Amino acid sequence: MIDLVALALILIAAVLLPALRFLQRRTPVTLRNIPAFSRLRRATAISVEEGTRLHLALGHGDLLLPRGAASFAALALLRKIGEGASIGDRPPIATSGDAVLALLSHDTLQTAHQATGEEERFQPNQAQLSGLTPFSYAAGAMSVISQENVSTNIVIGDFGAEAGLLADAAERANTSLIAAAMEPSAQAIFFASTSEPLVGEELFAAPAYVGQEAFQRASLQVQDVLRWLIILTLLILAGLKGVGML
Amino acid sequence: MKSWLVPTAFAIAIGALILIGSILPIPLLRSISMQLLQWGMILAGIAVLVGIGNLFAVHFSRVRRRQAGALDSLTLLVALLATLFIGVLGGPSHPWMQVAVEAIIVPVEASLMALLAVTLLYAAMRLLRRRADWMSILFLAIVVLWLLSSVSLPFLGEIPILSDWVRPWLLFSPVAGGLRGLLLGVALGALVTGLRVLFALDRPYGEKT
Repeated sequence: MIDLVALALILIAAVLLPALRFLQRRTPVTLRNIPAFSRLRRATAISVEEGTRLHLALGHGDLLLPRGAASFAALALLRKIGEGASIGDRPPIATSGDAVLALLSHDTLQTAHQATGEEERFQPNQAQLSGLTPFSYAAGAMSVISQENVSTNIVIGDFGAEAGLLADAAERANTSLIAAAMEPSAQAIFFASTSEPLVGEELFAAPAYVGQEAFQRASLQVQDVLRWLIILTLLILAGLKGVGML
Repeated sequence: MKSWLVPTAFAIAIGALILIGSILPIPLLRSISMQLLQWGMILAGIAVLVGIGNLFAVHFSRVRRRQAGALDSLTLLVALLATLFIGVLGGPSHPWMQVAVEAIIVPVEASLMALLAVTLLYAAMRLLRRRADWMSILFLAIVVLWLLSSVSLPFLGEIPILSDWVRPWLLFSPVAGGLRGLLLGVALGALVTGLRVLFALDRPYGEKT
């Protein structure tokens, strides 16, 4: 039964995604304002202007597991930020806690440099594997925060409690922090540590807000449609149970 | 023909096969998807070696250029080479490897965990200075209430009403409801992100446009 519900959700999303992407290309909708993403766009522009660096901490989400979805969203954001900030004196740095994610972040940053015609300025050190366990990853990323002339830290992906160490390092280095995580414990930590917290599925909205592409916006609409479907199903099932039909 | 077309089509086909194999109870599909996942794990293992090479190169370059934190990088390089040498020659059960794990890695990670408790307390104290709105006040009030209902005080033990009534109510009503809502949202986001990757709509790596 659970497998069938999963299959139904996947099929509905698979049909809606291309259809809404087509509609988005013709009549794009306006997304609601999320202050953290407005600040992210400003931070990218300021880093280019001031010659400071953006640091993207991508977490340690294993791409072979469901948590890898957060890493894919982080990579999509890295591409957009890489394109925006690669023309600056200090191009962005990405740190990862998973080897496959580190390789993909290397490729993503290199491609972002190619797309903006700045290929020769790409340095392999811009994509780093900081550590392979959550805390060793945090320790490695903390040294990047304090030593690489970073102005803004974008911490997005799969994190656990070690997110608190990154948030503290960003605060001590007097840098801005924009953070979103998949794990509820890390979300709670970021809620207490950031000025404009990102909660729940807002992690997956980051590429759409920064990139403004039709398929990204369409994917947000698909999430909304599925969410309403689930809400309606829950209400109907609760109603049926209330009248004794279940 | 564009160079990315064939690998992308191949990746989409493999992704679809694994997805269908993990949902539909077809034995042949399941065994094929399991085999493909095992190959993926072997590739991920090789990626770890490449990643360690990247880690070495980053810190070696920092030492060579005498950048800030060069001493930390040198310590890391020495530790990495020593562990690699002992691990390759003696295997993971070698007594020195056990010492490396039990006397260095575990205590250091435990210290970071302990540091985290102080860090979180400090972050909570700064929260109202950073963002003094009703959500922050509610967040802090719940944290304090949760702590009070969880601690065992000297001579008194657990605080009666808080531990018997408030904590179970918090756990099973607002916390469970809120957590389920968050997890549903995250799951939908993960589903749609996965489909974007599967349909090759989202390819941040390896393609210029």
